[in-house]
Amino acid sequence: MPSALPTGEPAPADGRLPGAALYAAYDVPFGVYVHIPFCEARCGYCDFNTYTATELGPSVSRGSFADTALLELRLAREVLRQAQQPATTVFFGGGTPTILPAEHLGLIVREIGELFGLTPDAEITTEANPESVTPAYLDRLRAAGFTRISIGMQSAVPRVLEVLDRRHRPGRPEHVVADAHAAGFEHVNLDLIYGAPYESEADWQASLDAALDAGPDHISAYALVVEQGTALARQVAAGVVPAPDDDVLADRYVQADETLQAAGFEWYEVSNWARSTGARCRHNELYWRDASWWGIGPGAHSHVGGVRWWNVKHPARYAAALEAGRSPAAGREVLDARAKLTEKVMLGVRMRDGLALTDVPEPGRGRVGDLAGWGLVDPRALDAGRVSLTQRGRLLADAVVRELLTGT
Amino acid sequence: MIRNFCIIAHIDHGKSTLADRMLQLTGVVDARQMRAQYLDRMDIERERGITIKAQNVRMPWRSRQTGVDHILHMIDTPGHVDFTYEVSRSLAACEGAVLLVDAAQGIEAQTLANLYLALENDLHIIPVLNKIDLPAAQPERYAAELAHIIGCDADEVLRVSAKTGEGVDALLDLICREIPAPVGSPEAAPRAMIFDSVYDIYRGVITYIRVVDGHFSPRERIRMMSTGATHELLEIGVISPEPKPTDGLGVGEVGYLITGVKDVRQSRVGDTVTDAAKPATESLGGYRDPKPMVYSGLYPIDGSDYPLLRDALDRLRLNDAALVYEPESSAALGFGFRCGFLGLLHLEIVRERLEREFDLDLISTAPNVVYRVYLEDASEFVVTNPSDWPVGQKIAEVYEPVVKAMIIAPSEYIGSIMELCQSRRGTLNGMDYLSESRVELRYTLPLAEIIFDFFDQLKSRTRGYGSLDYEAAGEQQADLVKVDILLQGEPVDAFSAIVHKDKAYGYGTSMTSKLRTLIPRQQFEVPIQAAIGSRVIARENIRAIRKDVLAKCYGGDITRKRKLLEKQKEGKKRMKMVGRVEVPQEAFIAALSTSEAVEASAKKS
Repeated sequence: MPSALPTGEPAPADGRLPGAALYAAYDVPFGVYVHIPFCEARCGYCDFNTYTATELGPSVSRGSFADTALLELRLAREVLRQAQQPATTVFFGGGTPTILPAEHLGLIVREIGELFGLTPDAEITTEANPESVTPAYLDRLRAAGFTRISIGMQSAVPRVLEVLDRRHRPGRPEHVVADAHAAGFEHVNLDLIYGAPYESEADWQASLDAALDAGPDHISAYALVVEQGTALARQVAAGVVPAPDDDVLADRYVQADETLQAAGFEWYEVSNWARSTGARCRHNELYWRDASWWGIGPGAHSHVGGVRWWNVKHPARYAAALEAGRSPAAGREVLDARAKLTEKVMLGVRMRDGLALTDVPEPGRGRVGDLAGWGLVDPRALDAGRVSLTQRGRLLADAVVRELLTGT
Repeated sequence: MIRNFCIIAHIDHGKSTLADRMLQLTGVVDARQMRAQYLDRMDIERERGITIKAQNVRMPWRSRQTGVDHILHMIDTPGHVDFTYEVSRSLAACEGAVLLVDAAQGIEAQTLANLYLALENDLHIIPVLNKIDLPAAQPERYAAELAHIIGCDADEVLRVSAKTGEGVDALLDLICREIPAPVGSPEAAPRAMIFDSVYDIYRGVITYIRVVDGHFSPRERIRMMSTGATHELLEIGVISPEPKPTDGLGVGEVGYLITGVKDVRQSRVGDTVTDAAKPATESLGGYRDPKPMVYSGLYPIDGSDYPLLRDALDRLRLNDAALVYEPESSAALGFGFRCGFLGLLHLEIVRERLEREFDLDLISTAPNVVYRVYLEDASEFVVTNPSDWPVGQKIAEVYEPVVKAMIIAPSEYIGSIMELCQSRRGTLNGMDYLSESRVELRYTLPLAEIIFDFFDQLKSRTRGYGSLDYEAAGEQQADLVKVDILLQGEPVDAFSAIVHKDKAYGYGTSMTSKLRTLIPRQQFEVPIQAAIGSRVIARENIRAIRKDVLAKCYGGDITRKRKLLEKQKEGKKRMKMVGRVEVPQEAFIAALSTSEAVEASAKKS
């Protein structure tokens, strides 16, 4: 079951944004996210907004999805008007974007280029399912302008893949990395998940080693979260599988960080490591740096100039709104100064570069000494006027944020 | 022809329903005005089926046997061990008592205790079995039991159904025939006894009295004999069932008076009222200052409610002469009040009224009794709060209050009751069979041992059939110690307790393990210790937290995560700091909540 949307105020039918938001977004880097809400099968841990063919029934066709997405892009162009600017990044996520023909993804990229323009060094990424991506498909992605590919590897260990309901064969993601390199992708990411039930320390090490051997320049490693409403949550509630233990998750994180660092990767966000600064995912950095992005697709979230909004979740409702000439937004929120501050601290602190001390509100600044004393923030970075997390601090980032926001 | 009587009954045995039927039969309340439990005024009384404040009502009745018109004064007495003194004053205002017992359950300890009190006051007892309409009624069996207890014939036990009204008119006739008329001298200096006193926001204090000698008239000055204070009688009258002013009250009459005072302390239960111009020389006797038996700290959950709590206590005090309180502060709980109560029910009622009538959220600390501590230098301390326990000084002797308890239960549970009392440091004083299958056990027990979960335990060990009553019986020397609970070496005052030496370890281990599960993990390891002085008797450990971060935070997660964070920040505001340790308010509440439940929490059917 996909997770629920936030509660917010209603969004206007024409999708118009307040003038102040457009004004604030002027000059801020801009990206486009495209959500492809389709999967061949649902994984037991996943609560993303995605649907199998059986779940959708005949009312929604994958084949026409790209056309619907183009409608939303044109709406975006109209809403943004003078605030529009060339996209620095485009990211296709899902779901399984590679379930669609590469030409469909290419159509969308081309439309973005025509409507907004793409910066010369634009980063264009798609997530990919290791089982469905062939060398020919990769070639077509390259031809469509994609520069980066993110492969859902999750684990190299069969029993862990089984617990996670992942259907690809072990070893397959590593092949895709090689194929991607051969096709000319400069940037390749592998996604890993740790802390699955029954995963041992050795299992996790095997996954990390396999991922490193494949030679990507970026690795994301996420602690398994048991999301409400998923098959995994039901199994945990029923006592069929054990819930992940926080202390074990902490051990696995440390193991990942040490292994990746030893292999020349550097963390740049709590769950992301890159081989060089140039290998960082610039699209994700937009999210963390309060930049603007338009989320295309069902359930996609957007942010422009302090307004966040989110689309209706169901692909049929999404398509119906756009075909009727209406905005598919289900709700939105206009951030006030306090919410902006909270977000700035909450997002900034998760990154290696951290947060300028001057961005921390006054009462929270008084907590920094304790945070350093507890070993959560790097004292040397403090000397340079920045709050940057230590390894232990990354594991306790939410607690750090609460301290920094003391009294707000 | 005046007849003053009260009804002695256990909760649930149908006292208020019987009163309702009498009000209807005598025509004092007509069917249109009638509501259930007419005399119980407070919501809390109706809901719990208990009487907290005494009520009285004047009813006319023409005896169907003699044709003579009578004036019946029924005084509805409080029904709980906490209010024994108030009960005794109500009884002293009567010449007779209806002993009302459920025909399906038999007599209960509290009823028996009140019966003994009535017999001490020389009241004429009319034994009555109620609920004879119930299929489970065993009138033969319980009539025999009642006859055995009061020494009458089983045939003399009247059988009624307050619910259907069956036998209630016969009971009224019997009251006219058997209960003696009041005796007093109309010419003597006026004397009346106060058996209750309630505060009314419109009229000030309404004082319920029973006139013994002489006559009281409106506008004369009266004097309270315990204090010598004089007041003008603004109004005097009878209650039937609403207050009705009259031109005075004479010998034997029961009614009310209003003087304009604003605090029940100026018009105290048990005091004697006399004519200020022609004062009596001797009071009626039996007056006693209310003495708190149980103390507890009351704290507002939201610290900014402290002034509200103070105002609320000031208001409740107007109507509750037994409530005492003084400000105190706790490092853990902030500012609050140390309050003294007559007993646990009294505590619960006050707390519930504060929460309900004044919309306050409160934490109460574990209740404790009053200890007297002698140091080796012979100086004496009275300890009403574990924080006041002398520290670092040589204690010579400690005295704790004890009670004489009476337990009635089916005889098959004797063993397990004895085991319970034994474990609570009780001494068996005697045991009587009320009938073949029911037994009365008499124990001396430390009050401290019964204010927690004793009654719950008794109920569960007797499958709900056991009943309990007790009265204060002085004090005894005991081996008591103060157990402190420390978080990271800092004592948490709210968790300190005075316990018997043999139970210190049990308290320490249960409290430390409870807290280990209630206090969230912190940035550092937190040892939890229980200690007597500097000697640690139990220890637990909360390991430092290692993970508190969401793995993912992308476009769609931001709003959700910010809202979660805002919620967590709210939660953090409700944290109390103990040294460096953040303790959620809920942990205090959960750690302090005991499974205490007093007899009265059973609801009336």
